[in-house]
Amino acid sequence: MSDPLFEFLCRMGDNALVLGHRVSEWCGVAPALEEDIALANTALDLVGQATLWLDLAAEVEGAGRDADALAFRRDVWDFRNLLLVEQPNGDFGQTMMRQFLFDAWHRAYLAALTDSSDTRIAAIAEKSLKEVTYHLDRSAETVIGLGDGTEESHRRMQTALDRLFPFVGEMFVTDEVDAAMITACIAPDPRSLRAGFDSYLAEVLAEAKLIQPSGDFSHKGGKSGARHSEHLGHMLTQMQWLQRAYPDATW
Amino acid sequence: MVTDKPSLDTVWQWLDALPDPEIPAISLTDLGIIRDLRWSGDTLEVTVTPTYSGCPATQVIAMDIETALNDRGIETLEIKTQLSPAWTTDWLTERGRARLADYGIAPPQPAGGPSACPLCKSSNVERISQFGSTPCKAQWRCTDCLEPFDYFKCI
Repeated sequence: MSDPLFEFLCRMGDNALVLGHRVSEWCGVAPALEEDIALANTALDLVGQATLWLDLAAEVEGAGRDADALAFRRDVWDFRNLLLVEQPNGDFGQTMMRQFLFDAWHRAYLAALTDSSDTRIAAIAEKSLKEVTYHLDRSAETVIGLGDGTEESHRRMQTALDRLFPFVGEMFVTDEVDAAMITACIAPDPRSLRAGFDSYLAEVLAEAKLIQPSGDFSHKGGKSGARHSEHLGHMLTQMQWLQRAYPDATW
Repeated sequence: MVTDKPSLDTVWQWLDALPDPEIPAISLTDLGIIRDLRWSGDTLEVTVTPTYSGCPATQVIAMDIETALNDRGIETLEIKTQLSPAWTTDWLTERGRARLADYGIAPPQPAGGPSACPLCKSSNVERISQFGSTPCKAQWRCTDCLEPFDYFKCI
């Protein structure tokens, strides 16, 4: 395993980067102009946060790379994002359900990181938290509006939840990188956030008239980098196209 | 080279005249993003905090500050980015809030929404979307004059 602090920072940066890119795929094709603008703004916040995390990762690594090098010059096996965020957009409902599940975890995790013993990490968390609070307000409201909406919107939201729920567990897995961060008081134990997440989820799903799938099976392997889904590689061929075709291009 | 270093008060006045690139009605100092100015030897250190982490105006702002101060004869300056404490709309100046309202953008309110339509002043307003044309704004509508307008989000 490489330096756990570098690994941890890549996880934070890659979550924001991969979800930011996914959400940006809606730019120009969202179902309504206001949604298009909201999605593009959410993507912009996430890509901005990714830059902060990955710049710090590169600084910690000390190998002369920067955020751009980490974003555009690594291949799929070096990415450390959760499997949830690399899942395809699907329909608008699936995109918003993915956003809601991620935002609920992200907000709680960032809130805990504002107490990090590493002041650089606490500063990025403090900045990001304000933006992510907005994201969660919107995604929770949209999940409720569509879940408790028409027959069709309800059906689509239930389908999205059934499809994405097996990716929730990975957000709360604790491994050796987390253990090193917990020992150094840099980051919280992901397991400690589960109860709060579950009760918030239950509250929103009840209001959205959606049924939480039973069972606790969870896909894993994204944050450790052991096993990404096939979707990430396809996404990177788009996101990294320019640097792959014209390495070191500048303009 | 500058032989006599301008006072920090003078530099603040120069920065007072620099418009925000996306909302030119207000200045960078109105926005409250310039957190500190100090001389370190012959180098002027300007500490700037971003409004939103992905705001594309951030780089333009750094360039504008550099150009403006270079034009005034300050040749060596360092622009420092400071994330914490995170920028808050509480740092908007009273003058900035008044300028936003005159420009047609409702200034931020702790209640989380505009107090009145910036055009007809009616308090009957409704939210269209939490997000708007720039990261710092949301879209609202007046239910009396029916005009949509921008609201500067409170963060």
